[in-house]
Amino acid sequence: MTNINNTSKKLNGSEILIQCLIEQGVDTIFGYPGGAILNVYDKLYDHKEIKHILTAHEQGASHAADGYARSTGKVGVCFATSGPGSTNLTTGVATAYMDSSPVVFITCNVNSDLIGRDSFQEVDITGVTLPITKCSYIVSNVENLADTVREAFAIARSGRPGPVLIDIQKNVTASECEYYPVTPEEYFMTAGTRIQRLKSTHHPSVGYPDINLEAIDELAELIDKSEKPLLICGGGVVRAKASQEFRTLAARIDSPVAITVMGGGAFPGDSPLKTGMIGMHGSQASNMACDACDLLIAVGCRFSDRVTLNPAGFAKNAKIVHIDIDASEINKNVMTDLSIIGDAKKILNLLLAKLKRDKKNDAWKNYVFSFKRETEYDDPEEGNLTPKQILSAAAEILPQDTIVTTDVGQHQMWAIQHFKFDYPGQLITSGGFGTMGFGLGAAIGAQVGNPDKTVLHVTGDGSFRMNCHELCTEEYYKLPIITLLFNNSTLGMVRQWQHLIYHERYSQTTLDRGPDFEKLAEAYGVHGRKVTDVATLREVLKEAVASRADGKGWIIDCRIDIDEMVRPMVGGNSFIANFMLD
Amino acid sequence: MQAKENTQNLKRYTIVTEMDNEAGVLSQLAHLFSRKGYNIETIAAGWTVDQNVTRFTIEIFSDDDRIKLLCAQLRKLVPIHYVEILDPSKSIRRELMLVRVHAADRSARNEIIQIANIFRGSVIDITPDSITLSVTGDDQKTSAFESLLKEFGIIELARTGIVAIERGEM
Ligand SMILES: Cc1ncc(C[n+]2csc(CCOP(=O)(O)OP(=O)(O)O)c2C)c(N)n1
Ligand SMILES: [Mg+2]
Repeated sequence: MTNINNTSKKLNGSEILIQCLIEQGVDTIFGYPGGAILNVYDKLYDHKEIKHILTAHEQGASHAADGYARSTGKVGVCFATSGPGSTNLTTGVATAYMDSSPVVFITCNVNSDLIGRDSFQEVDITGVTLPITKCSYIVSNVENLADTVREAFAIARSGRPGPVLIDIQKNVTASECEYYPVTPEEYFMTAGTRIQRLKSTHHPSVGYPDINLEAIDELAELIDKSEKPLLICGGGVVRAKASQEFRTLAARIDSPVAITVMGGGAFPGDSPLKTGMIGMHGSQASNMACDACDLLIAVGCRFSDRVTLNPAGFAKNAKIVHIDIDASEINKNVMTDLSIIGDAKKILNLLLAKLKRDKKNDAWKNYVFSFKRETEYDDPEEGNLTPKQILSAAAEILPQDTIVTTDVGQHQMWAIQHFKFDYPGQLITSGGFGTMGFGLGAAIGAQVGNPDKTVLHVTGDGSFRMNCHELCTEEYYKLPIITLLFNNSTLGMVRQWQHLIYHERYSQTTLDRGPDFEKLAEAYGVHGRKVTDVATLREVLKEAVASRADGKGWIIDCRIDIDEMVRPMVGGNSFIANFMLD
Repeated sequence: MQAKENTQNLKRYTIVTEMDNEAGVLSQLAHLFSRKGYNIETIAAGWTVDQNVTRFTIEIFSDDDRIKLLCAQLRKLVPIHYVEILDPSKSIRRELMLVRVHAADRSARNEIIQIANIFRGSVIDITPDSITLSVTGDDQKTSAFESLLKEFGIIELARTGIVAIERGEM
């Protein structure tokens, strides 16, 4: 936008960037400085109203921005410098992309005249992140900077949300041009911008497509005829803030509800309609219901292979209905009978208005809930805790609205199976990318974004080692995060496969090594405690809750048996009801 | 590298898409094809009436389900304005082929020029021992032209790849 009105000022690129962030309501940035981004950090020095969280590593910043976004519903913002600073973000970018989390990553690159010469710390980060962003931008002219930032935010948060990367060449951060403020609403209305084109053509990156009303009628009809419905609550219900509508639908059609990893929190964990998680580690009730249902309605779920397993036999007796905002998800993994593309909240509202009657499906529910929704675990041996004991104690002692972030592995599955999440954004986990090392960064972002809530970080001994250096961030910013470390001395999830499929050949999975996590906690200036029995665990958890005000986090190192497994389990590409473990 | 797809059960599709004319759009487009496992047969690009918009014609072998998915994936790229699959019966497909062949004696030269005339090709350049020709048509025509010239010995050959447009409504 070049029209200049009387509120315009001549500013340099760094100041324009910060002004544009302020336009977008940004008050928190996670990041790490370096040579190429120095000008921006220099301006940031004057803007004390923006909180910048300096992490130990750019990966930590990327996960923190993601955790912040997922737990607040706002767009997360993350800064890094060129070269290694930017490539250190990539795991975080991919993690956000796979789970449709809106994060704007801002990197600076070398000066325009050094581009393409393999200059010091030069890397084509837009090229690197092309397949893992909704869109990535290069800014080589300060005149384009403001609109690029505005467009990036609009794209990150609209349509199916996701990460966007802006790579700004260093000279742009020093050059000046006219700047005048524009609110996001005004920007959406400004003629001649790309957003206008995207909006007017219902481009999937920003626009909600017109909803096919005939398909809604058809679905209402299918629901009316169905005697054995099953709903799947996917991550799209969380992102579309449609959990209220989803809950109403489930109640009115009296349908059991299976929840994907990403859908955790969108449907109440203590609802009598909940069957539990679905898929590879799905409950008996979920997977058996999926196998027997006559109508499967999946909302905001992309039928990942961890949910469907062998797609050929998935919901084989059912008409499959897919509600999703992303047309490219339809018939990608599972062939559907009916699909409705659009915003889940709008679609569910339209559908609720069209339902012919409220239903009762007692016989079907009796069948579904004759199968277990929760796994029963054996009693522990002396000196160990079971996952269930740990999680029951945490669920009982921590506040109801505790935000839970996880790492990746068995502990992740146990946590998701066990906790009864109640609101969208309460569970923050790397579902799509399965990023070990995500949990602590995500917890930092969640705690920064939700200072009044308790944040529980559930991790494993393998995952925690990956990024535990972020304990210094937790300590410095006084974030009282409670880390529950499931210490089985192994890469448990991999070991489980080695046990079941590789004839107990435990190649490179045993973690009989340091550090002593209690001492590590001490070194970082947070509380640490080793726990081997329930009574002590309960005391420590109570102490952790009581000591929140001191702003010190906790590492609770819980000893569990090396052979503990996640159950049930269906092997990859088997049929969903063929349990390998029950 | 992915093995070349078995093209036996697959159909040839012509995809037309228009994108913002800016740096990097071609790589975005090409990247999407490769990471979703599609092999591009031909791709041709140039700007449209609006110099800010580049039109690509892309041909690939695929099936109806996969092609729908691919189009949905393409539509998500921010610089994309629209994506369409052209119906072969309602569209015109053309490519330009430039070919230089050996023509050491008069009879070869005459024969080559005759073939070119039949194909409405044109002679662009003649040297004492070679002729350079151009021909436009769909891929069948250019391929037929190429195979007739083979016996003379093709020195160099270049094709633009298909560009396509819908026929006007009758
Ligand atoms: C960055 C990364 N590397 C490797 C893996 C593969 N992987 C998945 S689960 C797992 C084991 C995790 O071990 P731990 O954190 O101790 O959790 P546990 O399964 O023991 O609870 C591994 C190595 C991964 N998901 N992410
Ligand atoms: Mg472990």
